[in-house]
Amino acid sequence: MLIYINNLLNYFDYTLLIVASGAAFLGTVSGALGTYAVLRRQSLMGDAISHAALPGIAIAFLLTGTKIHLLLILGAAIAGWVGTVIIMAIVRLTRIKYDSALALILSTFFGFGLVLHTLIQRTGNANQAGLDTFLFGQAATILKWDVITIGILGGIVLIIMLIFWKELKLLIFDEGFAASIGLPIRTLDVLLTSLLVIAIVIGLQAVGAVLMSAMIVAPAVAARQWTDRFSLMVILAAIFGALSGVIGTIISSTAAHIPTGPTIILCATLFVIISITLAPNRGLVWNSSRHRRNRRNIGMGSNQLFEQHQQKSD
Amino acid sequence: MQVHIEILFIAIVTSSACAIPGVFLVLRRMTLMSDAISHAILPGIVIAFFFTHTLSSPLLIIAAAGTGVLTVVLVELLQKTELIKEDAAIGLTFPALFSVGVILISRYTRNVHLDMDAVLLGELAYAPLNRLTVLGIDLGPSALIVMGVILILNLVFISLFYKELKLITFDIGLAATLGFTPALIHYGLMTLVSITTVGAFDAVGSILVVALIAGPAATAYLMTDNLTRMLVLSAIIGSINAVVGYLLAYQFDVSIAGTIASVTFLAFVSVFLLVPKRGLLSISRRHLRQKWEFAQTMLVIHLLNHEGLPEAVNESEIAHLHEHLQWEPSFASKVVRYALNNRCVSQDDTQLTLTDRGRTIAEQALVQ
Repeated sequence: MLIYINNLLNYFDYTLLIVASGAAFLGTVSGALGTYAVLRRQSLMGDAISHAALPGIAIAFLLTGTKIHLLLILGAAIAGWVGTVIIMAIVRLTRIKYDSALALILSTFFGFGLVLHTLIQRTGNANQAGLDTFLFGQAATILKWDVITIGILGGIVLIIMLIFWKELKLLIFDEGFAASIGLPIRTLDVLLTSLLVIAIVIGLQAVGAVLMSAMIVAPAVAARQWTDRFSLMVILAAIFGALSGVIGTIISSTAAHIPTGPTIILCATLFVIISITLAPNRGLVWNSSRHRRNRRNIGMGSNQLFEQHQQKSD
Repeated sequence: MQVHIEILFIAIVTSSACAIPGVFLVLRRMTLMSDAISHAILPGIVIAFFFTHTLSSPLLIIAAAGTGVLTVVLVELLQKTELIKEDAAIGLTFPALFSVGVILISRYTRNVHLDMDAVLLGELAYAPLNRLTVLGIDLGPSALIVMGVILILNLVFISLFYKELKLITFDIGLAATLGFTPALIHYGLMTLVSITTVGAFDAVGSILVVALIAGPAATAYLMTDNLTRMLVLSAIIGSINAVVGYLLAYQFDVSIAGTIASVTFLAFVSVFLLVPKRGLLSISRRHLRQKWEFAQTMLVIHLLNHEGLPEAVNESEIAHLHEHLQWEPSFASKVVRYALNNRCVSQDDTQLTLTDRGRTIAEQALVQ
């Protein structure tokens, strides 16, 4: 433990501070927005958006020839957004179910991105966007400006979420009622999806496409176990997300060759495991002890009944 | 030339091997399980790689397929706690396993040759280089033979358990009542999906496997209501996508697997738009026709109602139709033109009179 803390202090330098604060921002935003996705049973939307973003990044790069973070984010956001709109359209207009539509868009958009990527590679541009970076992220290369970008965009997302708090809450819990009191359901749906898209694409560089989906799901699932109140769940998910980001960054910096993104994901997964076993009221331990107590009570109750019955018949 | 034909054959065999189990995944709403499996087998591959030090060992396939089944079991265990819904369970399991795989790779395989790109993206163009030789005889590219065996395995499993698969796909409750064990068939299918995914790895990589599994099956689902026909269609569509994709990729010198995936999407969209009866085009054309037909029926009923009565002169005036039927004037004149074209009414100056045909339509509509 002491060695660990020592390491921690040693490594608490400027780079680590940058990466950790970026990861913390990211975890906060994806945790909060992920709550909506998980409650709407669209947890894998994050997976779809993050994969569908690849062609957007490639096109942005092909058009501008630069690697300016904000431009690539914009391209990723547009592609991810188009992907989700197509998924919604397929579900609405055909008999294809949500899961198949998601899998189809996720993989084919990614495939198209791959095609564009080979085009970029052929041009021999030394500035080319690395594909493995896109898949696994490269948290260690995050710069101060990237963190500022993540902070500003993430802040905007959270503010919009707070402005439309009541409407979005109604949308996810009782869509029919929301429609009946005249809320524009389709617009709100698109708004929520757009917020989710932004929350995901700002994290692509740090955590990568494959793992960004977990940053949407895990903190929200962990938070769900501790509370039945929506506002508390959003706050908890944001905290879990931020903590996973910080702890994951610190752990991966203590030894060589431990990539940051996957470590953050494993931290978030650990939060989930702890939550589903230990959380009061819902957790597995709590449930099994309640189950045992109930069984004992019922056993005692039936014994008493039996005795009363015997006394009566005597 | 031989290389092209070999690549083409590998693409076709891989696509149809993926497209066939894909049908059951699409129908059972479990398509995302293939996504989860294809990511989660990474640690299995890495661990097996530690022991074999080669990417083309049968042990690798077995270990990876085992991890695939493990993923399915984990997802179902999480769901059984009733604390986590299915989608979230999938979204938790595979990134965690995938993370373990990535960490293992970057920590322990620095000095050995395990190309991440080859595992995750695959490159069909190099597949023929890896040949299977037995006793010095060249049997062909190993990817072709592996996928051929997997394709045959899929076909045998599905034809042996066709009845059971059909039953658990459409009515799992009935399957259980009749004494089939849905769990057994389910895990059989999932094992098959895992093996297929792992086998297809070599050729197309982990993410595009999902396109090969979900794409053709979803496209076929738009075209038919019959399970057997859907299976055949799915395999055919998969093969066509593979051939077209390869030819385009060759033409433009880009990633083969990526092009096949893009073609898969285009095939889905064109079927979605163009397929007779269920396609978007024929649906919207039908809606349009129904709209005009309904308006025409309204018109002839209106005319029939007032036929031979004193107010008929007034009521069948074209200029007044919009007043009586509460139509926009422009819409009313379009309806009149439509009805005239169909010879349901005849025009006499500004007056409309019913033809025999129009009268029959109106009477039939009133009876209904």
